[in-house]
Amino acid sequence: MRFMMIVKANPDSEAGVLPSGELIDAMGKFNEEMVKAGVMLDGEGLQPSSKGARVRFSGKKVTVIDGPFTESKELIAGYWIVQVKSKEEAIEWASRCPPPHGDAESEIEIRQVFETADFAEVASPEALAREEELREQLRGKSHG
Amino acid sequence: MTHGAIDAVWRIESARLIAGIARIVRDVGVAEELAHDALVAALEQWPLSGVPANPGAWLMATAKHRAIDLLRRNARLERKHEELGRAIETQVAPDLDAALDDDIGDDLLRLVFVACHPVLSKDARVALTLRLLGGLTTAEIARAFLVPEPTIAQRIVRAKRTLAEARVPFEVPRAGELAARLSSVLEVIYLVFNEGYSATAGADWMRPALCEDALRLGRIVAELVPNEPEVHGLVALMEIQASRARARVDASGEPVLLLEQNRARWDHLLIRRGVAALARAEKLGGGLGPYALQAAIATCHARALRAGETDWARIAALYDALAQLTPSPIVELNRGVAFAMAFGPAAGLEIVDALTSEPAVQNYHLLPSVRGDLLAKLGRRDEARAEFERAAALTHNARERKLLLERARVAAPGAV
Repeated sequence: MRFMMIVKANPDSEAGVLPSGELIDAMGKFNEEMVKAGVMLDGEGLQPSSKGARVRFSGKKVTVIDGPFTESKELIAGYWIVQVKSKEEAIEWASRCPPPHGDAESEIEIRQVFETADFAEVASPEALAREEELREQLRGKSHG
Repeated sequence: MTHGAIDAVWRIESARLIAGIARIVRDVGVAEELAHDALVAALEQWPLSGVPANPGAWLMATAKHRAIDLLRRNARLERKHEELGRAIETQVAPDLDAALDDDIGDDLLRLVFVACHPVLSKDARVALTLRLLGGLTTAEIARAFLVPEPTIAQRIVRAKRTLAEARVPFEVPRAGELAARLSSVLEVIYLVFNEGYSATAGADWMRPALCEDALRLGRIVAELVPNEPEVHGLVALMEIQASRARARVDASGEPVLLLEQNRARWDHLLIRRGVAALARAEKLGGGLGPYALQAAIATCHARALRAGETDWARIAALYDALAQLTPSPIVELNRGVAFAMAFGPAAGLEIVDALTSEPAVQNYHLLPSVRGDLLAKLGRRDEARAEFERAAALTHNARERKLLLERARVAAPGAV
């Protein structure tokens, strides 16, 4: 099973303050440990929200809001995707992470990624048939 | 502190723990017992005292003390029996400390090679590898392989005894042996993967947990021997095959063939990882080995956004290379399919027909299945129907049989 380990942002990361060389080294070692253990599938750090945007839906109406966003604790500064045996294992790995924002408070949120089996009861054969039909149409278009 | 959390620590630490202790006691069976004793101690103490700051180091220190006690006890016995001097005991401890400080990666690699040692049967290698390196319990291995738990327990006990009796050294094989020994390791990992990817018996088409175990083992070994191209080739192959897992069955659990899969459902993270692993293998040079060639073929499929865009000529060329490197009826069969796709069904049938007299594939359901497909494409419907029916009678997979019988029905002359 897969989990996303999400590093929450803080005022420094939102201000674009780069992590110390020491922290970068420690993170590198942590990543290496997860790679050597065969659990880390992916991971990236994110730029401050000032460089991002939000696309807000209100029914069918779409509004674009440019960053930065204020509630830094609710924002994301980076993530890993890990493949492990249990939520406890993901928690254990997250606990081994060097404090993501050094001495300042920081938090890693752990969320399980949906797997196909989780949808097995939701996706009806009819839904899949519709999907198939749609694909046929797309195929027809690209060839025609 | 829940048992789940201690299980998680065990999952992460057990292989390194067993490997580190095996270096001291020179017996993986004894090492596993000592590591397990340390786990039991953790289960007793951690719920009361809390998890230590470095649980791995705690387990290692605990197991190491027990290992040293054991060695001292044995040394004392030996001394009594043989009346050796006092020197032994004073010499033992400092060496052990030094030994433990060495790179743990070396120990892990030694453990990999011992668990996959050729003195063991293939079944034993698989069970021991999952137990010692994958951190799986006997019950988990038994469930994954659909055999009773005592069978696996016995298999593991026997395997450990065999290793002890054969005095298999706890070391990385010498250069001359390395290639053959490494290929045994890769074979074991791929066996585990395939057991998960396509169940050989029963109604279940996939047992994804085993695929994940095999991938994890493969990724670990790839970092232990990063200069061996075939390790990366195997990882690439498994990543890309695993990327199709969720497209391989439809909502009602029916198998979906590669060319009919919804490619949007492929896992593009795994594809990217597979392509990267293949690039690592290629960068090391020396020509692609069998796993890397198969990964290269799988990558051709992964790169095509639509089945119709598949580069079949390249796949056919890769199969030519694979057939030269590891000639086998199975490779020939696949080469036939690739040639049919690249150069027309007649070209494929020529290769596949040459296989019909091959004794090794007489009972292999995919041979009549492929022949049936090519014959149907050539409009030879009677022959096609007979081949699909033969294939259906040969397969052990209930869902696949259903699929083949349906093809036989459609192929029959006059069917719509």
